[in-house]
Amino acid sequence: MLKGLIMKRLATAFAIATVLAFGMQAAGAQTLKAIKDRGQLVCGANGSLAGFGIPDPQGNWTGFDVDFCRAIAAAIFNDPTKVKFVPLTAANRFTALQSGEIDVLARNTTWTMSRDTSLGIDFAAVNYYDGQGFMVRKVLKVSSALELNDASVCVQQGTTTELNLADYFRSNHMSLKTVTFATVDEALKAYDSGRCDAYTTDSSGLYGSRELLADPGANIVLPEIISKEPLSPAVRQGDDAWEDVVRWTHHAMLDAEELGVNKNNVDDQKNSTNPEIRRLLGLEGQFGEAMGLTNDWAYRIIKAVGNYGEVFERNVGQGSPLKIARGLNALWTKGGLQYGLPVR
Amino acid sequence: MADIARADMARPRRHFSQGFGNLALQAALLVIVVGLAIAAAHNAGQNLARANIARGFGFWNNTAGFDISQTLIAYSSSTSTFGRAFWVGLLNTLLVASIGCVIATILGFIIGIARLSRNWLVSRLAGGYVELIRNIPLLLQILFLYNVVLKSLPEMRGSVALPFGSILNNRGLFLPRPIFAPDFDAVVIALAIGLVVAIGLYLWARWYQQRTGEQIRILWMMLTAIFGLPLLVFIVAGRPLSFGIPDMGRFNVRGGLEILPEFAALLLALSVYTAAFIAEVVRAGVLAVSAGQTEAAQALGLRSGTTLRLVVVPQAMRVIVPPLASQYLNLIKNSSLAVAIGYPDLFQVFAGTVLNITGQAVEVIAITMAVYLSISLVTSLLMNLYGRTTAIVER
Repeated sequence: MLKGLIMKRLATAFAIATVLAFGMQAAGAQTLKAIKDRGQLVCGANGSLAGFGIPDPQGNWTGFDVDFCRAIAAAIFNDPTKVKFVPLTAANRFTALQSGEIDVLARNTTWTMSRDTSLGIDFAAVNYYDGQGFMVRKVLKVSSALELNDASVCVQQGTTTELNLADYFRSNHMSLKTVTFATVDEALKAYDSGRCDAYTTDSSGLYGSRELLADPGANIVLPEIISKEPLSPAVRQGDDAWEDVVRWTHHAMLDAEELGVNKNNVDDQKNSTNPEIRRLLGLEGQFGEAMGLTNDWAYRIIKAVGNYGEVFERNVGQGSPLKIARGLNALWTKGGLQYGLPVR
Repeated sequence: MADIARADMARPRRHFSQGFGNLALQAALLVIVVGLAIAAAHNAGQNLARANIARGFGFWNNTAGFDISQTLIAYSSSTSTFGRAFWVGLLNTLLVASIGCVIATILGFIIGIARLSRNWLVSRLAGGYVELIRNIPLLLQILFLYNVVLKSLPEMRGSVALPFGSILNNRGLFLPRPIFAPDFDAVVIALAIGLVVAIGLYLWARWYQQRTGEQIRILWMMLTAIFGLPLLVFIVAGRPLSFGIPDMGRFNVRGGLEILPEFAALLLALSVYTAAFIAEVVRAGVLAVSAGQTEAAQALGLRSGTTLRLVVVPQAMRVIVPPLASQYLNLIKNSSLAVAIGYPDLFQVFAGTVLNITGQAVEVIAITMAVYLSISLVTSLLMNLYGRTTAIVER
């Protein structure tokens, strides 16, 4: 259990130390080739966040980030099931990526400068614009985060959440008592048992976590969003070709939604005369081969998981228990921030 | 005859072959091992640089930016550094480990000797305790006790009011916080003087007993020295001690000395678990003292309690001390399981939060391992020194 996690973290750190000390650094630019040889993509996922990465009772992985990994697998292998998901905690997610245990980290990870510059990883593309919020019990009669002076807050350790929390309370001249836990499950359990007054994490995670409480209806999410949390999949530095694959998978899904191409009509759209659609689906141009994939890479993605809107609605939107509105994640044409880069 | 017997009993001298070939071989091996270590560190540094991962210990002076729920020294999320957070975590670990060792020893001795009791119920209860606690993983016990502690304590609104203005709820036990005026230093000095006088009295009484065989009742004199003198100074200095009473805020209790439920649960779990092992160590030690000692003591007319205290246990300590040291080391290392329940010990604060924020796994884990190693080495050194005082000296 947790001791296993601690042991695993120590073992991973020790493994890095040994490999770094005595081993040759694996050549950086070979990730795509290694994945093709292996026949499977290894994806770092959350494992306990409803809507983003969680196995269902039958053991099949579902979620927003999970579908992103399946999209990459579809682009490479034409088979979205050729993915192995490795559940990671906030503590060992970066070590797993740095050490080569996983190929891509799609685990609701915020893109920050310190992570980008000092961990040896790169972020591919913001696939979810999020922000940090609070959840409190209705019985406390709190309607705003500014009323939480002197409150106890349960938080997961080692995340940007912990830092933002301290910053927010300090800049609003409020005092704070934090109770930090290693995993989300324990933090939620402590919040549910009354150990703390509020629970804080990314706003998308709040809605998912609320469903796991004993009485979801007795908790409300406060309106304040206290930080920017641009969530982005991450890859190791030094492998630009692989970073391109991950980045353009995201933009292919955005372009498809902008152009009205979805899972159901993608086969019909192959007969389209729209030059943008033709380039996207690989009917014109050699864009796929330039990345090391086939030219119908985007067609494979959309056929397997759908466009960005479909993935969003299915996992965290109206087609899911979370019912999160598109908000900042709407297309740029609809007032949001998601802007698909052109395939040309 | 006696000379031959003594020569036989003489300890064999150790033989180090001091030939040149041997020395050269050892020197070469030393050079190789040290060289490998330096090469490994250098290689690691180069690989980290090539992978663009930050390295070095510069992060020590960067602002931490996160909060810690229990700090024995001053700490602020806005101005304190990662180094400061390290010291906070270390002090928390030392606090729970030291108190845990004391409680576990007391409890372990009681249970161990209880298991040897002639009273059937007492010995079976002690045996049941040992078998049950030893065989359940510590992590499960910690989680169980934490949940039990949390569930049994009332919520904020139903807080229990205790004497002296203390408050008990599931956020913790809030005691009146002692506020020391500057004059309190005199009381502390008086206490130190009192302790010295008491120890002097004890040693003098023991010397006197060895000289004349006469036992002097000095318990009351010692107590007067330890408590009377500081009390006198306290009153004369105008009672330089006041208390900050905890009071209920909207969400939490303000003021007061806070004892976290995480701390209580961890302390309880560690003490109970290690006490089961110490009980077995004590039982082994007592059983190792030959039965002839007990029989001789009883023949002299000593009661069983006095026999145990003055004859059996002092001899059993020789066998008890080395495994007892191991159990202390186990307790210290097991305290790192605090991360499961959110107690901010060294592992959780430093090798958890700081490692996550800075991403420098190699440096942080190396420091953490070095710290745990130092604590353990110091503990085992002290225990070995104590063990030498209880060892049987051949004459």
